[in-house]
Amino acid sequence: MSDTHEHSVAFVRTTEIPQQTAPSSAAGPVKWMRDNLFATWPNALLTVAAFYVIYLVLSATLPWILGGLWTTSSLSECREVLQGRSAACFSVLTERWNQLLFGFKYPAELYWRPTLAFLLMFIALAPVLFFDLPRKLLIITGLFPFAAYWLIWGGTVWIPVFALVGFVAGYFVYARFVAQNFAAGFFGGIVAAAVVWYIGGFAVAALAPATPFLEAVPSRDLGGFMLNMMLGLTCVSLSIPLGIALALGRQSSMPLIKWICVIFIEFIRGVPLITLLFVASVMLSYFFPPDQTVDLFVRVVIMITLFSAAYIAEVIRGGLAALPKGQYEAADSLGLDYAQSMRLIILPQALKISIPGIVNIAVGLFKDTTLVSVISMFDMVGMIRGPILASTDWNGVYWELFGFAALLFFVVCYGISQYSQWLERRLATDHR
Amino acid sequence: MKKSIILGALTIAGLSAGAAAAGTLDDVKARGTLNCGVSTGLAGFSAPDANGEWMGFDVAVCRAVAAAVLGDATAVEFVPTTGKTRFTALSSGEIDMLSRNTTWTFSRDTDLKFDFAGVNYYDGQGFLAPKALGVSSAKDLDGATVCIQTGTTTELNLADFFRANNISYEPVPIETNAEAIQQYLAGACDVYTTDASGLASSRATFETPGDHVLLPEIISKEPLGPLVRHGDNDWADIVRWTLNALIAAEELGVSSTNVSEMAASTNNPEVARLLGAEGDLGAMIGLDAEWAKRAIEAQGNYGEVFAKNIGEETPIGLARGLNAQWTDGGLLYAPPFR
Repeated sequence: MSDTHEHSVAFVRTTEIPQQTAPSSAAGPVKWMRDNLFATWPNALLTVAAFYVIYLVLSATLPWILGGLWTTSSLSECREVLQGRSAACFSVLTERWNQLLFGFKYPAELYWRPTLAFLLMFIALAPVLFFDLPRKLLIITGLFPFAAYWLIWGGTVWIPVFALVGFVAGYFVYARFVAQNFAAGFFGGIVAAAVVWYIGGFAVAALAPATPFLEAVPSRDLGGFMLNMMLGLTCVSLSIPLGIALALGRQSSMPLIKWICVIFIEFIRGVPLITLLFVASVMLSYFFPPDQTVDLFVRVVIMITLFSAAYIAEVIRGGLAALPKGQYEAADSLGLDYAQSMRLIILPQALKISIPGIVNIAVGLFKDTTLVSVISMFDMVGMIRGPILASTDWNGVYWELFGFAALLFFVVCYGISQYSQWLERRLATDHR
Repeated sequence: MKKSIILGALTIAGLSAGAAAAGTLDDVKARGTLNCGVSTGLAGFSAPDANGEWMGFDVAVCRAVAAAVLGDATAVEFVPTTGKTRFTALSSGEIDMLSRNTTWTFSRDTDLKFDFAGVNYYDGQGFLAPKALGVSSAKDLDGATVCIQTGTTTELNLADFFRANNISYEPVPIETNAEAIQQYLAGACDVYTTDASGLASSRATFETPGDHVLLPEIISKEPLGPLVRHGDNDWADIVRWTLNALIAAEELGVSSTNVSEMAASTNNPEVARLLGAEGDLGAMIGLDAEWAKRAIEAQGNYGEVFAKNIGEETPIGLARGLNAQWTDGGLLYAPPFR
């Protein structure tokens, strides 16, 4: 066997051929381009056409952006410097930067307060968004709304303190009684909080110093992107719990609760948001005397919250309907009562299914906050459409301002959407 | 805070009738600030500057009233209103007066229950068209698309004009002046129509103002002026005569620079009555003797306000035209201070 071939062939290679690099057409960027860009004739044509369109867009916009001016003091000065050349006049952003972010009436020396609140927001949101973080951080989240209120509006510190004490008292009463009876805990908590707030109202009046540590800023003076952020964050965080309650209420077997929820949801969904905003700003002022009216910011928050809560309720109802009936029956067979079965079994699954829908509504809601500009609140778009474009210096600057607004909104909305995709992957427990 | 809101809502709702009946003057004095409705932004007439200070021709009326009533031209809370929210803001009592390039019309004065305190700017509706369109008269605009702000008298005037001339047009409804200008420049409409003053000031901001013409037709009378709620005549008197004081001051040669010295040493009895050196005109409207002096000191007389905000020296560049004193061939004619 061993010498079968000894004389049948002239040459037998005894060493391995050194490894060769792949031919240039089968590896590297050339192969990638052949596979992805020029695989067939139609593909190649489309690629060339697409590159041409990209070239056209970039060759028009890049010189416009890169050649932009940042330091002039008015549009006419921009035009003088440019001498007919086409380039952006970004000076409007540098000159009106603070107005775009904070509105035109927030006192300039107090800008650090909303900025600090903005930074605290990240710390407060972190434990809610990323649940691998230590749970102790949730204390900061709980304190954040009161701290942010105090920072942004200023005034006496006792208002947020008593509001917080009311919530804490309500929680302790709830925790004390909920073990025996959910309703007793729930309504007991509300009563306790209301009592504390009622007493707190007198206490604040007595305790408030004449010149508070932080100067008070009225709601009318808020504006700019700050107002969008505040409305967006407040309304999203209020409307999710309300939406869950409405969705559960709509599935309730108690007819009164069920019909209240159905009518509420269907009414709100049948009315455009802008109508509700007009009601908030215009109609409600007929019902209140001129000097004793609910703050416009609160009115708008209530209307946007109710609006998005109705939509979130429908999304969550979809999540509840998607759960197999077996899950409900399993919860019953374990002997859990309604509150326990919802909290431990049904809602965690239903909410997970509903994440994309809820995020969709949150993003939409955040963008809808620009609608407040039509009821003469100066959010970012209101600032642009009103005061900035009406000033004699900047009348006629559109692309730069609206482009900047679009960029800010894109950053926030893209962030929200990326987070939700991460959350979906993180929560995926099924076997795909 | 929540508690006080809810309690406020419930308890005060019942008292609203009583509160509304009280005099506006007393409310303003008790509050210490004047709530004045202005436009959310109209170049030259009302717009906040880079420091957030409201400036402009309409704003000056608010400041003059505040100076007369409260003695402080800065004690004004400016409430920005849009074309749609302005009248509800006034009739609901959210603002004490509205000074927002609002046209004095029959139905607004009567049916909407307002009182116009006078006219601070005589305007008229015109058309702005690109030269390239090649029209020389508004009557050539048959079939044109027209940018028009919704909720204004200009919308109605436009319909009247085209119907009267038996020609057709296609309206492009738009919310604000800034948007309208952009649509017009982008070619979304052939012509833009609004008050001629607005057209002139907008054209001044164009990159090439020479490419656009104001058509010769002025199709409406637009007397713009401050207004107050119907029924509180004492308050209406104060606003009316503050405006008249500014106009009369120009006629009598009283300006912000010489008002103090005129008050001390004038020989003209009407100036003496106006500035409170003689007679007691202030007491008749529930103010002190120097009310008009303060109003003039704050912003200057009508001519100074005009020149500073919208006059030919400013980027807006409006000529006095109809808004000159009657002695100069204009329409401004303040009744005598006697």
